[in-house]
Amino acid sequence: MALFNRTPVAPLEYTRKAWMRGWVGATMFFLYAPLLILMVFSFNDSKRNVVWRGFTLKYYEKAMENDSLVEAMVNSLTIAGLATVFSLVLGALAAVMLWRFRFPLKGAVEGTMSLPIIVPEICLGVAFLIFFAKIEWPTDLPWPLNLSAITIAHITFCFPFVAMVVRSRLESFNREEEEAAKDLGASEWQTFRDILLPHMKPGLIAGALLAFTLSLDDFVITFFTSGPDTITFPVKVYSMVRFSVTPEVNAASTILIILTIVLTAVALKLQGVKAIAETH
Amino acid sequence: MTDAQPIIQIRNVSKRFGKVTAVDNVTLDIMAGEFFVLLGPSGCGKTTLLRMIAGFELPTEGQILIDGQDVSNVPPNKRPVNMVFQSYAVFPHMSVADNVAYGLKIRGVGRGEREERVREALDLVKLGGFEGRMPDQMSGGQRQRVALARSLVMRPKVLLLDEPLSALDAKLRAQMQFELSDLQDQVGITFVTVTHDQDEALSMASRIAVINKGEVAQLAGPSDLYEYPANRFVADFVGSVNIFEGKLTLDEPDRAAVDCPGISKVYLNHGVTGPHGADVWIALRPEKIYLHVPGEGKAVRAAAQDAPDGHNFARGVIKGMSYLGDITLYEIKLDSGEMIRVSRPNLSRHDQEDFTWDDRVSMHWRADSPVVLLG
Repeated sequence: MALFNRTPVAPLEYTRKAWMRGWVGATMFFLYAPLLILMVFSFNDSKRNVVWRGFTLKYYEKAMENDSLVEAMVNSLTIAGLATVFSLVLGALAAVMLWRFRFPLKGAVEGTMSLPIIVPEICLGVAFLIFFAKIEWPTDLPWPLNLSAITIAHITFCFPFVAMVVRSRLESFNREEEEAAKDLGASEWQTFRDILLPHMKPGLIAGALLAFTLSLDDFVITFFTSGPDTITFPVKVYSMVRFSVTPEVNAASTILIILTIVLTAVALKLQGVKAIAETH
Repeated sequence: MTDAQPIIQIRNVSKRFGKVTAVDNVTLDIMAGEFFVLLGPSGCGKTTLLRMIAGFELPTEGQILIDGQDVSNVPPNKRPVNMVFQSYAVFPHMSVADNVAYGLKIRGVGRGEREERVREALDLVKLGGFEGRMPDQMSGGQRQRVALARSLVMRPKVLLLDEPLSALDAKLRAQMQFELSDLQDQVGITFVTVTHDQDEALSMASRIAVINKGEVAQLAGPSDLYEYPANRFVADFVGSVNIFEGKLTLDEPDRAAVDCPGISKVYLNHGVTGPHGADVWIALRPEKIYLHVPGEGKAVRAAAQDAPDGHNFARGVIKGMSYLGDITLYEIKLDSGEMIRVSRPNLSRHDQEDFTWDDRVSMHWRADSPVVLLG
């Protein structure tokens, strides 16, 4: 009897519906299988990335010994770090400005600010190329100043994303909290620090993660703004792949993926996952 | 409270937002130790008035004095008043104790004293032991207590409350009405509350200012406001009322009469000092009208014996009934064609069966029941 006594699937019990499970499975597969294969084949003891020939770590050693690859990686991380910090500050300020104040041409300001998001990257890249050439931006500066052109370009297209995320977070702010703080004696700055900033925090973290990853893996704009000596990781991988896809590339990519995951995990841990989820 | 000093003086204060006048030339004194209520429909300007006392809005014209000092241009963080917001505005990222301690911290009160005062304040609002809770682990009522404690811990001269009970369910609201009154007795701080709920105002206030379209329509104690409304707006807004238009036909120091074609000749056992023949309005509360079956009325009226024959008496047909448990409300169509509302306490379990739809009934009321309104 118990065999036939299965509770029927309720309308909202999506996890018990076969087609739903299948759909989720397929999504997961197409999202993560390529990444997984990339990571697995970084341990493949073969020059070609097609057949599994046994486990090895030698491509990690090789990647680490490849000075230009390591340099590209360091460049990328430096640029991403700087771009994140600057676009975080700029984006947050822009978001607060747009949320808080009414001023003439506000709509125009809002529109122009989101231009870097909608303009095709290739156009931005060319624009930056021409711009930096026109103002004769020096290209022969010592490290890390030689990364300034790329960093500036990255900040330009990263900060609108931060502004957008932070702004949407601000929409859920209860203005009475701000008034309550002032009512209790807090100054404008104390109110910002104690009340508004903690509310913005999940948005800031989400924005920072977004800016960091956007900058880290940007190819098009970087390609146009990088000088001869300033190679970033994506650009380097591109040039390596042009000859052949060696497990060395896989190894370097795996390191990058793990780095990103660790960073994200740390950020989530610092803030508490709940607060991130609260970015409604 | 007879020798009370005004703690808040509002002098000829107006507030305009563009072309809209939210508060129109209001002059009010709020006494120290009072439980003062600003009552009015939404959009009448009562909240704007409260926010001007708190300092979140600056008056376009006029002055506001707190404890004798002109604060018209003092920012909210420098005023000796604290506010409990409609949404409570409890800081969600701080524990209950941190919320309550926030103002003291800003003021630079030392840790020891701070903890002591936070504990006192939480005990006062019956939240002892909740120090470590986060706001999202609390109910709406508890969050409101946190907001109360957070304000009271500052020992303000005046506590402002913006619609403090509007978000609570009916039972809790009734309970909080008593608790707020008790609390005010305990701490002795002047409370100024804004509400649109007349029950709330009547039950808590020592004095009520009814606000209409930015102006004070009447300033009085709860029972005076209910029994002696100054105008049609107050009569209608505070409680339920029947209003009939009429002409003043008799006005002597000890009696007056108004001819109301809509209901009957109305006799009053006191003078009204209105111009003879003037157009006036009669306000009659539903609970002050006696309902009886025709014929029986004579005997009842004879017992009352306070109005000449043919006065304070009307007939009609019951057109609507709502049984509310404690009372039953009747909508009666008068012989003149106008409608009147009469309420009747259900003194025994069978009372609701005395009258029913389409019954013909008579009504009478005492000579001290109607109120004559000149405006």
